Amino acid sequence: MFKKVAVFGLFLALVPTVAFSDWQLNLNRGVTDTSIAVYDLHMLVLYICVAISVVVFGVMFWSIYHHRKSKGFESHEFHDSTALEILWTIVPTIILIVILFPATKALINSYDTEESDIDIQITGYQWKWRYKYIGEDLDFFSVLTTPTDEIRNKSEKNENYLLEVDKPLVVPINKKIRFLLTSNDVIHAWWVPDLAVKKDAIPGFINEDWTRINEVGIYRGQCAELCGKDHGFMPIVVKAVTQEDYVIWLAEQKALKEIEAAASQADWSMEALLVKGEGVYIKNCAACHQPNGMGIPPVFPAIKGSPIALGPIGTHLATVFEGRPGTAMAGFGEQLSSVDIAAVITYQRNAWGNEVGDMLSPTDVDKLKGGE
Amino acid sequence: MSTQAADIDHGDHDHGPAKGITRWLYSTNHKDIGTMYLIFSLVMLFIGGSMAFVIRAELFQPGLQLIEPEFFNQMITMHGLIMVFGAVMPAFVGLANWMIPMMIGAPDMALPRLNNLSFWILPFAFALMMSTLFMDGGGPNFGWTFYAPLSTTYAPPSVTFFIFAIHLLGASSIMGAINVIVTIMNMRAPGMTYFKMPMFCWTWLITAFLLIAVMPVLAGVVTMMLMDIHFATAFFDAGGGGDPVLFQHVFWFFGHPEVYIMILPSFGVVSQVIPTFSRKKLFGYHSMVYAIIAIAVLSFVVWAHHMFTVGMPFVGELFFMYTTMLIAIPTGVKIFNWISTMFRGSMTFETPMLYSIGFVVLFTIGGLSGIMLALAPVDMVYQDTYFVVAHFHYVLVPGAIFGIFAAVYYWLPKWTGKMYDEGLAKLHFWVSFIGLNLTFFPMHFVGLAGMPRRIPDYPLQFADFNMIVSIGAFMFGTSQLIFVYVLIKTLRKGEPAEQLPWEGAEGLEWTLPTPAPYHSFPTPPTVE
Ligand code: HEC
Ligand SMILES: [Cu+2]
Repeated sequence: MFKKVAVFGLFLALVPTVAFSDWQLNLNRGVTDTSIAVYDLHMLVLYICVAISVVVFGVMFWSIYHHRKSKGFESHEFHDSTALEILWTIVPTIILIVILFPATKALINSYDTEESDIDIQITGYQWKWRYKYIGEDLDFFSVLTTPTDEIRNKSEKNENYLLEVDKPLVVPINKKIRFLLTSNDVIHAWWVPDLAVKKDAIPGFINEDWTRINEVGIYRGQCAELCGKDHGFMPIVVKAVTQEDYVIWLAEQKALKEIEAAASQADWSMEALLVKGEGVYIKNCAACHQPNGMGIPPVFPAIKGSPIALGPIGTHLATVFEGRPGTAMAGFGEQLSSVDIAAVITYQRNAWGNEVGDMLSPTDVDKLKGGE
Repeated sequence: MSTQAADIDHGDHDHGPAKGITRWLYSTNHKDIGTMYLIFSLVMLFIGGSMAFVIRAELFQPGLQLIEPEFFNQMITMHGLIMVFGAVMPAFVGLANWMIPMMIGAPDMALPRLNNLSFWILPFAFALMMSTLFMDGGGPNFGWTFYAPLSTTYAPPSVTFFIFAIHLLGASSIMGAINVIVTIMNMRAPGMTYFKMPMFCWTWLITAFLLIAVMPVLAGVVTMMLMDIHFATAFFDAGGGGDPVLFQHVFWFFGHPEVYIMILPSFGVVSQVIPTFSRKKLFGYHSMVYAIIAIAVLSFVVWAHHMFTVGMPFVGELFFMYTTMLIAIPTGVKIFNWISTMFRGSMTFETPMLYSIGFVVLFTIGGLSGIMLALAPVDMVYQDTYFVVAHFHYVLVPGAIFGIFAAVYYWLPKWTGKMYDEGLAKLHFWVSFIGLNLTFFPMHFVGLAGMPRRIPDYPLQFADFNMIVSIGAFMFGTSQLIFVYVLIKTLRKGEPAEQLPWEGAEGLEWTLPTPAPYHSFPTPPTVE
C-alpha cells in the first residue's frame, strides 16, 4: 500500500497536470429530477457496496493477520456450517430486495414518456446528430467544431475540446421534452450525463426517452456507442434556456431559413461557390474523403480523379443528393442547403487537380429539391 | 495410492515422447497438448497486451498523437478478441488438459486425436484473424462485440476473414469442451464419485457444458452476418426489414455465458489453492458446487443486461435487472466460502496463494461494480463508459488471469519437476497487483465523470486519470516479462521439486512422481 502511494505521489510531482482537467471522481448530480434520482440510487448502492467490502475484506484480512502459520496458528476443523451457508444466502437476498425497490421506481419513471410538451426527433449519422423539432418546421444538423489543429496538437486545446458543436440543441427548461431517437446508418447512442439520458439510436427503430431540465445552462455529452472511425468526435450540446428565450430562438431560426432560401435565388459566381464549397467540404465531407480529396481507399473513395467528379454533373449531383444506400455515403439532399450542395459539387470538380471547369448553380439543386 | 506412483516409475510399457517437431505436431498426449495451449496463450497474452500498449499510448494525453482513429478501432477490437479467445480460453483449456487426467486418475484425455485437432486449429485461426490487419481497408474495427450494422453493411472487406476465424475458434472450443466432458464422465478413477471430484474438475465440467451450449450461437450469429454481407439476406439490416437489435440479443446470448466461461475455471483453481495454503479443507464443498451450477444456469437468462439502453420494453428491462441481481447470491456464496476456508486455517503466503487472495479481493470489487451495473436505471448512465471497462477488467484480469497465474505457480513444480524462484514470483505478483489497480481503478472515476469507452481522444477533464491509467498499464504489461523470466529460470536452473511441494496440498495429482510422468495413471488409482 505504501509503495502504491509513493509511486502515485512521485508521479504527481513529475507530471504537469493538464489545464481544465479536474480529477472528478463521481457521477454528476445533474439537472433533472431523473438524474438526481439516478444519482441518489447510485450513491445508495455505492455505500452498500463499500459497506459490504469493509465487512468482507475486514474479516478476511483479520483472519489473514491472525491465522497464519508463521504465528504458530494451527488449522481448525471448520469446513461446513449449514447455518452460515443459509445466513449468507439470506442476508444478500435481503440487501438486494432493499436495492430493488428504488431501482424499480426509478425505472418506471424513466419509461414514462407520456404527455410531453415538445417532441424532438434525434437522428444519428456517421458522425453528427440531426435534430428535428416536430411540428415546428425546424430541422438541422449539429457537427463538431473543434478545429483539426487542436486535435492534431498543433494549437492549444480549448476548454470545450471535443465537446463543442456548431448548432446546439436548444430546449426550454421546465418542459417535458420527448426524444424520438433513430439512426441513418449504424447504431449510435445519444448521451448527456447531466440529464441522465442515454438511449441508443438504431436504424429502423424509433426509441423514446424524455427529460425535464430544471436549470438554465449548457450540458455536454458524447456519442456512447461505437459507430465507426469518428465515434469519438460526435458530441452533443444541449442548451437549456427559459421559455421566453426559446420562443425568440425559434423565431430566429425560421428567419434564418428564409434568408437561406433567398440565397439560392441569388446569382452565384464560380469563385464564390468555390470559396463556399471548400468550407462545406471540410465540414461535411473531409471526415471520409479527406481534406486533400484522397479518401481512405478502399472504404472511402478518393474524389480527386474520381470518375463521378470528372463525369457528367448530373450524376455527381445525384450521388451527393441521394447518397449510395447501404454505404457510408449518406444522401446530402436533406442535410445541406441548395447553395451548399451546389458549392461543394463545384468545389469537388475543380479542386486538387480536378479540372472539369464547370459549375452547378443553386437553382439547379432547388429544382431537384422541388421536383423530388 | 503411493504404490500407484511406484508402478509408473518402473512400468516398461511407459514410452516417452517422440523426438523432434513431430512430438508436437502429432501429439496426442494431454501434457504436451496442455503445454502447447499454455505457451500459445502466453504468446497471445503478449500480442494482445502490446495492442493494449498501443491503445494506452494513444490515450496517454488528449489529442491524436500516434495512431489514426481508424487504426485505434482495429486495436481495441483485436485486443478484445485476442485476449478472450487467444489468451484466456486457451490457457484454461491448457490447464484442463494438464490437470484433469491427473486429478481424476486417468491416463490421458478421453479423445486424444480430437485434442490435437482442437489445439492445432488455433494457430491457423489467429493467423487468419491477424492477417486482416494487413488487408486493404484494415482489420475488424467494430469492437469485440461487433454490433451490426457496423460489422456488416459498414464493415471493411476483411470482415469475411474475421467471420471465418471465429468459426474456427468456435469449432476448436467445442472440441475441447467435448473432450473435457467425455473425460470427466468416463475416466474417473474407481471411487471418485462426482462429489469427490476436485473443484477444478467441477468448474471445468460446467464450463464445458456452457461452451457447448453457446459456441454454436456465436457461430450462428457470425453466419447470419456472412449471409447479410454476401448473400443479400437482411437479418440485421433494417433497410431490408431486418433487425439490428436481434444481433445484440443473439450475440449476448453467447456473450454472457462466455464471461462465465472465462471465470469458472479460475474459481476452480482458487478453490484448489486456498485450501492448500490454509491447510484446511475447502469450506462448503457442496454449496460451492451448487453455486457454480446456479451461476451457470442463471447466466442464460441475464444476457440483455448488456443492452439496457437499446429501448427494451419495460417488463424486459425489469426481468433482466432482477435475474442479474439474482446471480449476486451464488457468487456471494462462493466468496464467503473462500474466506471461510482461510478462516482459522494455518495460512502461508506462497505465490499461488497471493494470486488467489488477489483474485478474491479484486474479483469481489468487480462483482460489486457488477451489482451497480445491474440496476437498469443507473446503468443508463454507466452503460458504454469507462465504468464498464473498469468493471469487466476487474473481473477478467484479476479474475481469469490471476487464476491462471495461481494455477501455473501452483502446479509448475509438478509439471517441470523444478521449483520456481519464490522471490521473483512474489515480485511478479506485487508489480502486477499494483500495476493492475493503477490501470483499472481510475477507470471507474473517468467512467462516472462521463468518459465513453472506445474513443481515441477525449475531452480535457479526463486527462489526469488517463495518464495514470496509461502508466499503470505499462507497469502491468512489463511486469509480465518477470513472469517469462521466472518460467525460463525455473526450467533452466530451478531446484528439484519434491513430490509434494506444498505441505497442505491434497489430491491425486500429488501422488504422482515429480515431474509428472508422460502418461499419468496407466492403471487407475482407487479413491477411498
Ligand atoms: C461518412 C463518410 C462519408 C462522408 C461524410 C461523405 N462521403 Fe461521399 N462517399 C462515401 C463512401 C463510402 C462512398 C463510396 C460509396 C460506394 O461504395 O459506392 C462515397 C462516394 C462519394 C462520391 C462518389 C465517388 C466515386 O468515385 O464513386 C462522391 C462524389 C461523394 N461521395 C461526395 C461526397 C460529398 C460531396 C460529401 C460531403 C457533402 C461526402 N461525399 C461525404 C463516404 C462519405
Ligand atoms: Cu455515434
